[in-house]
Amino acid sequence: MVFARWFWTVKATGWRCIRSDFYMSFSVPAQLEAELNELVTHYPQKRSASLMFLHAIQEHFGYVSKEAIEWIAGKLELQPINVYELVTFYPMFRQEPAGKFQIKVCRTLSCALGGSHKLHKHFCEKLGLDSHAHGVQTTKDGKYSVEFVECLASCGTAPVMMCNEDFYEGVSNAKADEILGRCK
Amino acid sequence: MPEEFRLILKYADQPGYTPDMECYLRHGGYEALKKALAIQPKTLPDGKTMSGPEQIREDVKVSGLRGRGGAGFSCGLKWSFVDRKSGKPIYLICNADESEPGTFKDRQILHKDPHQMIEGMIISCFANDVKLAYIYIRGEFPEGARILNRALKEAREKNFLGKNILGSGYDLEIHVHRGAGAYICGEETGLIESLEGKRAYPRIKPPYFPAILGLYMCPTIVNNVETLCHVKHVVMMGGAEYAKIGTPNNTGTRIVSVSGQVKKPGYYEVEVGKATMGQLINDFAGGLFEGRKLKAVIPGGSSAKVFKAGEKFKLKKKGPDGKDIEHEVDMLDLPYDFDSLMAAGSMSGSGAIIVMDDSTDIVEALANLSEFYAHESCGQCTPCREGSLWMSKTLHRMTHGQGRKQDADYLLKIADNIPGGRTICAFGEACSWPVQSFVGKFKDEFIAKGEADEAKGEADEAKRAAASSGAGPTAELKIAASPNH
Repeated sequence: MVFARWFWTVKATGWRCIRSDFYMSFSVPAQLEAELNELVTHYPQKRSASLMFLHAIQEHFGYVSKEAIEWIAGKLELQPINVYELVTFYPMFRQEPAGKFQIKVCRTLSCALGGSHKLHKHFCEKLGLDSHAHGVQTTKDGKYSVEFVECLASCGTAPVMMCNEDFYEGVSNAKADEILGRCK
Repeated sequence: MPEEFRLILKYADQPGYTPDMECYLRHGGYEALKKALAIQPKTLPDGKTMSGPEQIREDVKVSGLRGRGGAGFSCGLKWSFVDRKSGKPIYLICNADESEPGTFKDRQILHKDPHQMIEGMIISCFANDVKLAYIYIRGEFPEGARILNRALKEAREKNFLGKNILGSGYDLEIHVHRGAGAYICGEETGLIESLEGKRAYPRIKPPYFPAILGLYMCPTIVNNVETLCHVKHVVMMGGAEYAKIGTPNNTGTRIVSVSGQVKKPGYYEVEVGKATMGQLINDFAGGLFEGRKLKAVIPGGSSAKVFKAGEKFKLKKKGPDGKDIEHEVDMLDLPYDFDSLMAAGSMSGSGAIIVMDDSTDIVEALANLSEFYAHESCGQCTPCREGSLWMSKTLHRMTHGQGRKQDADYLLKIADNIPGGRTICAFGEACSWPVQSFVGKFKDEFIAKGEADEAKGEADEAKRAAASSGAGPTAELKIAASPNH
């Protein structure tokens, strides 16, 4: 809703003055911006870089804020909605911060046959989260978030999971505790 | 029992084999590329000349190589559809969005032997006069993307990529593009939209055949990781020689991913059609756990229609006199190739076998898959968006103690109304095939579950009524006649 309201404001009050406001409140470090500028050169059309931009922005800021959406749109000469519709379509992008350590347990058939529901429950119980709740759940201290994700393409070593960018196979409860222990 | 035949994964699992350039070169890497670039134009008997790239394309056709991504379409034929007269640039995209549940073969190649894929890709680009190519890798492979970027950098340094590759005058650049967790990006036109920076909404064919109107409305080839690796071997050994591996019309090797309830789940590279389903499950993957019986097998990734244990099929086979003889084959004796599984009403898809034993609740298994499809439908076409969700909701209800005996027919009714040209892409088929086959083949279990839940519901109702007797009329809140949802 906030986004929609903001979008209408943009439409009503003219584009450029508002955009400069956002540039002030949201800034991208020079090095990251240089990397992003390089990414644009990979494509004959700037718009193609939007997914890679979103990845880079989310990696740096932890999530994709509406200011970030605006910034990307400005950079790639798009309307903010063109970027916003990607954030809402692709499951990996989020509009609010997740835990410092994001635990993603594979939910799909082979992992389910291999005990992924037990594993998910184990994490939830260990971290005081509700294993039946839908979607991403984050602990109150913001340290961990736990979620089920769809097939991570390693069905032969079920159950599998990711903790941030690290991938783990054949995760028993003991191994899960070990992984949590390493999250510091 | 047939042995593993490691062509693509020949070195990948050897101790000490690393994904860097030096190691790849020590194992004969980029020799196929050198060979491809050095092919001289050939004069045909009719006086026409055939350029090097044309000869490679012809060789791929001769090899009989079929796509390893899912559809099993002839790679040579796919390349021959490319519009080469439009004057527009031709693009090639490597589909590394491996996301079909059950499949984990491309992960091995990308992480352990990236240069093999890149070499195959460069040769394919050269053969199709591609100057700019992309590797679309799924977002969940951050490590894979890093490995690929490193490998591409090494290839640029050695001039296997970039301007004037190895002095041949041919220029090519390859970039890595990361997806972001959407299964539909594995569908080639969805992938193209995603690469253009849009939602991965598949495009309708016609007119948007990638070979004519693909990336940026230019002719585009989309090939799977494993397929591109095979191109390298086709060039190295020659199409005719390659075609001797495997069985007629099902040439080469295939990496089969076996998962689920078997003792040794894993990936096994075999000659296509030389091993049966039973051998893959019982010999390669070590068979079922002690005391368990086979219940069902999904033969080609979650979208493929399930086989029930003991199911028999009538297949046609050429007899000694050249005539077709019909013979009955048990599900486990089906040769694991493209054509046999298709003839048995399913498909080898992405080469992923998921095994379920008698400890599996078949309704739970289907509920799991349906939830996947409901989550992954892109939402463009109503039958698929709504149907996948309805099926998932019905199955969720069934697995949470609220089944009805009519649910089996209800599920079939929904599933039958999604595919068959009602949707833009094949996702409509992919989400309804599991439901059609699971419910069709295990209907008694679905009905029994519904009946048990109904009986339990009625008993609870009676208990409630008895407990409140004498305290006035009981509220009739349950809507009695509503069998359809």
